[in-house]
Parts: sequence; C-alpha cells; structure tokens
Amino acid sequence: MTDGPATPDLKTPAVEFRGVNKWFGTAHVLREVSLTVAKSERLVICGPSGSGKSTLIRCVNGLEPFASGTIRVAGHDLTPARLPAVRRAVGMVFQHFNLFAHLTVLENCTLAPIHGRGIGRRAAEARARDELERLAVADLADRMPGQLSGGQQQRVAIARALCLDPAVMLFDEPTSALDPEMVQEVLDALTDLAGCGMTLLCVTHEMGFARRVADRVVFMDAGQIVEVAPPEAFFDRPEHPRTREFLARLL
Amino acid sequence: MTIVRETLLPPAPPPRRTGGPVGWLRTNLFSGPGNTLTTLVILAGLALLLPPVFRFLVTDAVWSGGAGEACRPEVAGRPVGACWAFIGAKINYLVYGSYPAAERWRPNLFFGLVALSAVWMLWLDAPRRGLGAVFVFLVGPLLSYGLLAGTPVLALAPVATSLWGGILVTLVVSLVGIVAALPLGILLALGRRSDLPVLRYACIGFIEFWRGVPLITVLFMANVMLPLFLPGDLTVDRLVRPLVGIALFASAYMAEVVRGGLQAIPAGQGRAALALGLTRVQALRLVILPQALKVVVPGIVNTLIGLFKDTTLVSIVGIADFIRVLEAARADPRWSAPTIPATAYAFAALFYLAVCFSMARYAAFIERRLAAGERGRA
Repeated sequence: MTDGPATPDLKTPAVEFRGVNKWFGTAHVLREVSLTVAKSERLVICGPSGSGKSTLIRCVNGLEPFASGTIRVAGHDLTPARLPAVRRAVGMVFQHFNLFAHLTVLENCTLAPIHGRGIGRRAAEARARDELERLAVADLADRMPGQLSGGQQQRVAIARALCLDPAVMLFDEPTSALDPEMVQEVLDALTDLAGCGMTLLCVTHEMGFARRVADRVVFMDAGQIVEVAPPEAFFDRPEHPRTREFLARLL
Repeated sequence: MTIVRETLLPPAPPPRRTGGPVGWLRTNLFSGPGNTLTTLVILAGLALLLPPVFRFLVTDAVWSGGAGEACRPEVAGRPVGACWAFIGAKINYLVYGSYPAAERWRPNLFFGLVALSAVWMLWLDAPRRGLGAVFVFLVGPLLSYGLLAGTPVLALAPVATSLWGGILVTLVVSLVGIVAALPLGILLALGRRSDLPVLRYACIGFIEFWRGVPLITVLFMANVMLPLFLPGDLTVDRLVRPLVGIALFASAYMAEVVRGGLQAIPAGQGRAALALGLTRVQALRLVILPQALKVVVPGIVNTLIGLFKDTTLVSIVGIADFIRVLEAARADPRWSAPTIPATAYAFAALFYLAVCFSMARYAAFIERRLAAGERGRA
C-alpha cells in the first residue's frame, strides 16, 4: 500500500441503502438491503454468483431501478430528478471494461468531460493524460481499445472514470474478465486508488485484495446482506454458516 | 517423467510456397478432380458466353452515324451489334429528358453538387464532415430543388417537373430516397426500441405496413388515390407524390437495417455512457449510433442499391425516369433498326451496373477499413 490508509469518516455517510427491494420478474433479487458506507470507506462486496451484489452496486448510480426503499448517495436521494447529480458524484468500472470501441483511449477519457460537463477540449485532454499517466497507460493514449490487452483496457476504464472527479467509485467485478496474468496489474491500480481517500464499493472475488485493502467486507447471499465485518474478523472468524461455507469453497 | 527444454528454438522462416504461375494454377484451380472439373465447366461457360457479348458490344457495334440507317445490317453490309450511334445521338435526352436546352446548366450544376456531397460524405477523412452532413441532408436538397425547379430567390425561371427526365430524374428520385430514408430510418429504429409503448407500436406499425406493401402499389396509391384524399384545391406535384412514397418505403427498410446495428452494440456501451453522466440522447448520439451505423454500412449500402434500382418503377406512374426516356427514345422512327432495343437495354444495364458496382465496392472498402480500425474488438 502506498500511503497509510485514510480512515473512513464514519460521521458522513457516502452511500446509504435503506430497506431496498428489487425484483427481476418474480425473482426477489434484493431483499430489504440496508447498509451505510462511510465517506472514504473501502467496502468489498462478495458472495456467490446470483447473490445480487452486482445488482446492488448498479442501483447506486441508477443503472438498475429498484422497487422500494431509499438510496442516498453523497447527500442526494436517488430519484429520477436527482439522478444527474448522483451520476456526477459516482464513477463506475465494469467487468467487461466497456470502453467505447469507436474512440481512442484519449477520446474515451475526454468524451464525458467535454460533452457531459462542458469542459474545454484542452483542459479535458490534459486531465485525461494525467489520469492515464497515473494508471501507467499514458503511452496508449492514441490506440483503439481493441488493440489493448484486457488489463490495459481496465486501467483505461479506471482512468476514464477518474477524469470526472467522482466522490464514490463502484467496481463491478473489475478483474473477473481478465486473464490471470493481468489481474495483478489491475489490483495494484485499485490498491493505489484505495490510498487516496475515495469511497470505494468493490464487488470482487479477489479475497487477497479484500483482506489487504478493505475496511469492511460485505457478504451477500440470495439477495440479502448476510454478514458485514472488518476483513480480519471476516476471514478468520466468519460467524454465519453461509459465510463459512462460501469461504471454505473459495480458499 | 519430466521434460525440460535446454535451448529455446529461434523463429524459423515459413516454408517456401510452390512459386510461379504454374504453382498458383495447380494449388488454386486444379488441386483435385472435383476442383479441376469445376474449373473446366466454368471456363467452358465463359468461352460460350463472353465472345458473343464482346462481339455485340464492341467489334460488331456501330459507333457513329446520323440516323437509324447506319445500324441496319443491309445498309452497313455486315452483322450489326450494338448501335452506340443511337445512344450518342440521344444522350442529351437520356440525361436531361425534356429539360429546356437553354437551362441545362442547372442540372449540370446539380450533378456537381451531388458529386461534391458524395465526396464530402464518402471520403472518411474529409475536412468538416459534420458541416458536410448538414449540407447533404439540409442545404443540398433545398438548394437542388431551387436550382432545378426554379425559384425567384435565385432569379431562376420555373421549370415544370413534367419536363424533367432521364438520368436527372433517376438521380433525383434515388437521392431523395437516400437522403430521407437514412435519418427517418434511424428515428424509426430508435422508436421501435423505445420504452414508450405508444411510440414503439406506432413505429412497428409504420415499418411493417411499408414493408408489407409492394412498392408498385405504393406508387399507384400515391398517384391515383392521394389526390382523392386531399382537398380539391390542394394539388401535390406529380413528381413529389411518388417521391414521398419511395422515401417512406425506403425508410422502413432502412429502419430494420439500423435496428440490426443497434442490437449488435453490447448493452455495456450504453451503460458506461450513462454511468459517466451522459444523457440518454448523448449516449445515443456519441456512443451507440456511431458504432451501430458502422456495423451496418454493408446493409445500408445494400438497401441503397436496391432503392436505386427500384426507382425504375416510377416510370410506370408516368415519371420520365431514365428507363422511360430510353423507351421513348427507342420508339423514334428515325432510329428504327433491329438492334436498337437491345442497345438501349444494354446501355441501361451498363449504367445501373456501374453505379451499383461502385456502391458495392465502396461498402467493401469501408468494411475493410473498419475491420482494421477495431481489430480484436471485445
């Protein structure tokens, strides 16, 4: 870890879920989810596939609607009217990178600042180059996404999100689509980011990363939060039988 | 038992291919009995077909002469193929129809505008392509209409559309179809994927109606029935009526092509755009559509080729398009000779072939270029 871990500011919640429910057809995929994420907290969400963890973080920036309950993000209630304000505060990185295939790496990073925020092209490009530099992909600025390795694409995707100064970053299984030899470079980038005081919500199966970086680990199963604990307690003394079963299968 | 390699192999050059034209022939044309037989059958077919075609179009053709006599075998004293002298004598009529001779600079300027627009849009690295799109889809059509039909604004005398004809009309009909069908088709395709049921079903209904009706029915409807539905004092120009029909007809097909492209773009692209704070309209305009349209360039060109050839149907409702003026020209008694009809149709075939083949080649070029630009797209 680069810096000493910034301590989460427990008095200011960055993201708050209260009694969130969601259904896909008849499947009840989020059941009464309540959770408060503090400002600067690094939260890792894990659980078996289909447990609702990706759906949960997609709700944070309104990519998925939810049926009942409330979500507050950076002081804004998540309503259609406040959605633009929420999305300004939240950055997101996807499992499949989702770089815009028809734009160069640099254009990927400047598209939203220029067209969404009205930042001038010069300033947007300068900022984008800084962020690409920070993620060690500055030399790829003029390439097309299809010419990059998975790890490089994911680092570009992180840079693209950072160009918008998000207060909260969502990571939806950022290493699951990568070849094993590229997982580490992305995890290293995430670890660097974790030292910067940004609020992170990360869905991942990388338990080593969770242990090193997370302030708290959330375990979800069948649409519910089953256990929330600091990493030492979570990995060494899991309480719920489901958690134990999950960890036993993983390790 | 373990195996450990002690020295790593350096890369070796690929094995030499059996070189020379003989080697090429052997591997590509005569590699086995089936392959050899196929080659021979096709060669025999070509040997039967090509010499007569070449004789008709070139060696036996009559290239000059002031009247039909030159193309009569008994006058020429030899077998006569295509009578190109006839095309030469009629070329102005074939290009402009009955457009007044003194005003023919106007269609010529229009052809120039079309060429400029085509280069601006089709040359992908052309400067200011955004401005070009505005020109092609907005300024160009208005300017062209003023130019051809005449307008006091440009101090041009009016020329009734009934005088327009030939390649000019074919070009006008096709271009109106193309220029209207692309944007309309995009809107319809987006509408068909809308979350609003009313909009969605309206678009589905529109598309399925126009796709379900033969173009010729559309043209007859436009010509015969539309005036019945309109108030008596409102007359729509007889060239405009089929134009509207063709534009709507083509837009339905275009919508389905574009929808295919929209479906080919992974949902993650739109999600990423929204997550970055772009609005839905921005996500469409900046992320989804540019990619979707690139994917369907072959389909779009295919539709445009079909549209271009379908415009010949307007001759049935009395529009003097290229085919119709060709028919009129070959009925000229001064040019009655046995091969005149064949010459006329051969000329038409060559004209349509040249245009459609160019479009197809352009599409192939775009495809190759896109394949190079987005290699290994995930």
